[in-house]
Amino acid sequence: MSDSASDPAAFRAEIRGWLEANCPPEMRAPVRDEDDVCWGGRNFQFKSAAQKAWLEACVAKGYTVPDWPEAYGGAGMSAAQAKIWREEMQRIGARPPLSSFGIWMLGPALLKFGTEEQKVHYLGQVARGEIRWCQGYSEPGSGSDLVSLQTYGDDQGDHWVVNGQKIWTSYADKADWIFCLVRTDKANKYQGISFLLFDMASPGVSTKPILLISGNSPFCETFFDNVSVPKAQLVGELNRGWDVAKYLLGHEREMISGAGGGDRMNTIGAILSRNNGVEDPLLRAELAMFDVDALAYGAMGEKFLDEVKVGKGHPAGSNMMKYAGTELNKRRHELLMAAGGSAALEWDSAGSNGGGRARGWLRTKANSIEGGTSEVMLNVIAKRILDLPGA
Amino acid sequence: MPLYHNDDQAMLADSARGFMADEGGIAKQLRHFRDIGCKDGFGHALWTQFAEMGFTGMLVAEADGGLGMGHVEAGIVLEEIGRNLTPSPFLTSSVMAATALAAGGDDLRGRYLPGLLDGSSVYAVAIDEGPKHRPERITTTATRAGNGFRLSGAKSFVVQGGSADMLVIAARTAGSDSDADGITLFAVPRDAAGLSLDSVRLVDSAMAAHVKLDNVQLDADAVIGEVDGGRAVLNQVLNAGRVGAAAESVGVGMGAFGMTTTYLKQRKQFGKLIGEFQALQHRAAHLYSELEIARAAVIKAQQLLDGQSDKAELMVSVAKAKAGQAASLAVKEGVQMHGGIGMTDEYDIGLYMKRDRALAEFMGDQYYHAQRVAQLSGY
Repeated sequence: MSDSASDPAAFRAEIRGWLEANCPPEMRAPVRDEDDVCWGGRNFQFKSAAQKAWLEACVAKGYTVPDWPEAYGGAGMSAAQAKIWREEMQRIGARPPLSSFGIWMLGPALLKFGTEEQKVHYLGQVARGEIRWCQGYSEPGSGSDLVSLQTYGDDQGDHWVVNGQKIWTSYADKADWIFCLVRTDKANKYQGISFLLFDMASPGVSTKPILLISGNSPFCETFFDNVSVPKAQLVGELNRGWDVAKYLLGHEREMISGAGGGDRMNTIGAILSRNNGVEDPLLRAELAMFDVDALAYGAMGEKFLDEVKVGKGHPAGSNMMKYAGTELNKRRHELLMAAGGSAALEWDSAGSNGGGRARGWLRTKANSIEGGTSEVMLNVIAKRILDLPGA
Repeated sequence: MPLYHNDDQAMLADSARGFMADEGGIAKQLRHFRDIGCKDGFGHALWTQFAEMGFTGMLVAEADGGLGMGHVEAGIVLEEIGRNLTPSPFLTSSVMAATALAAGGDDLRGRYLPGLLDGSSVYAVAIDEGPKHRPERITTTATRAGNGFRLSGAKSFVVQGGSADMLVIAARTAGSDSDADGITLFAVPRDAAGLSLDSVRLVDSAMAAHVKLDNVQLDADAVIGEVDGGRAVLNQVLNAGRVGAAAESVGVGMGAFGMTTTYLKQRKQFGKLIGEFQALQHRAAHLYSELEIARAAVIKAQQLLDGQSDKAELMVSVAKAKAGQAASLAVKEGVQMHGGIGMTDEYDIGLYMKRDRALAEFMGDQYYHAQRVAQLSGY
């Protein structure tokens, strides 16, 4: 960075000035639906010139991943600087230039477990929004009990031949590559899983979207039929993929928890009262109690991220964040429905933005299931944080 | 500013934790003074030790002989007070009265601060006028008389009022009962003619007073800050008291939670440690999560208050409401998970339940503050 690196006020001024000059006005409005999200990738179609310009401006400065090293496409910001970046983004309501499982989940795992070659190659593509990733974890018989997974990679010398099926693979039909848990030793449960990366265009990979109660299909079934994966695409040690998976799950839980900001923890009482005229005093009271929890959770998210950046806080803290954040988000959407009344029931009318509120409400029911159920989170807290017996 | 304690604050937390566990523990303080029927409800010897530790003047400016610290630091002491249920005038004298006196002139500060700093004096704050906290409405009147004012009215829930050498009293000098303006704060000596006190013991063994003011004549130099302009100072006192009570609540919750998880790892039934039962594990894990969130909200509010942010008031109400909820859950789960022994006077968990109830009411309960969050958010 410039000479402002050691002076927080100067750094803030620099960021503020840069955002003022480079963040298009259209990108300073809340994300309304999936269409507003920039996912990047080989086949991504920008929805507007502003969306494209905003991504390109950020990529040029390493701002899609501000706290990654510059060598891997980041801006090399310190924890304190990254916090200033987030605050300045929030101040003008800027949308994230790039949303990406590569940034939120794979990136941190590669930074910790990847080889230098892998970091330079894959992280750079992630930072520039060139490759869209999906995650191959759950299987039909392995949900909460993920470690029982059966997808098998048969050792063929310089490559594995992978066969099996994944499920709940988010956006598998839109992703370019997958990070995938594959059994490479059938004799060892925990120490028989490897963490592989491969191209979704590889022969033998197919996907099938799953229609959900929301009427949308953000998840897929993903099938592997003799998929060849070169050995260079192994991350971490052979048969030690569970360590990578657990580390990555921590980041996934952090992502689902909404700790990084966004609309998750915003108060809703004022908006709903203005738009819907909340007249029921008991509903108003519920909204107020929710807003107390949402603002308190917002502080928790800030504290959690501050502590993560400097290695404070409990290593299992993301489980608590995931539990609390997803339960809060479900409550938020219950209140959105209650305040909306019959208008919130509309499923495909133009006035309801295609049933946005009802579909969004149904979508949140997965929050406390995906990435580890609330019940599993509570188990982990009981065992790893509270050290309760037999947990 | 990151939302965790810096090195100095972490050091203060270490020393406050050790001090309060050694000197302010339940057997030594709360039970002792309760069982002897102490009219103060706390020990003056400990208050002197607070002074020696520098705690009494934490929020007093360095120019006035204090430490010039902020609410984050005061909150560190309060969390330990909560954890040990330590009875002391810290919150009323060193946090609330000190905040009021900071707005006073040289004469008032010179009169009252030395006694606070050396632990020889105790001050109380009289705001509430009914059983629920409602400081928007103040009916106690102060009318101009001669060189000063004459106060009449009644105050309640004046914690440690009976032990106080001076009471900070909010009275109306202009306007009608619910007007924001027209409030004046007074520093009223305990022995002022016309001031009478009825001290009552509360559920948590603390003493609080009903105060009657019957034409109490005060000189003009008893006024703290501006005549008719006391609302701003009162709000500072309220913010300080609320965020302080929230910090103490977190300590109470953490203390009860610690006792409870220890018990879950010791008590056996059905041939198992009861902590092995998932029905209890999940409740304990949920409680942990609530307490952590409450603590984060409290630190955020303390930092905003210390930074004089315009968002402080909202976050103080969030913190008071959330800390109240979380601590209340902690004491209720604590008694339930202890089973029968939790109902006995001999066992400490019930004392946490009593303290939590009193703290929940002090400076507004979760319903009052959720309502305030709604109002401050514009609905």
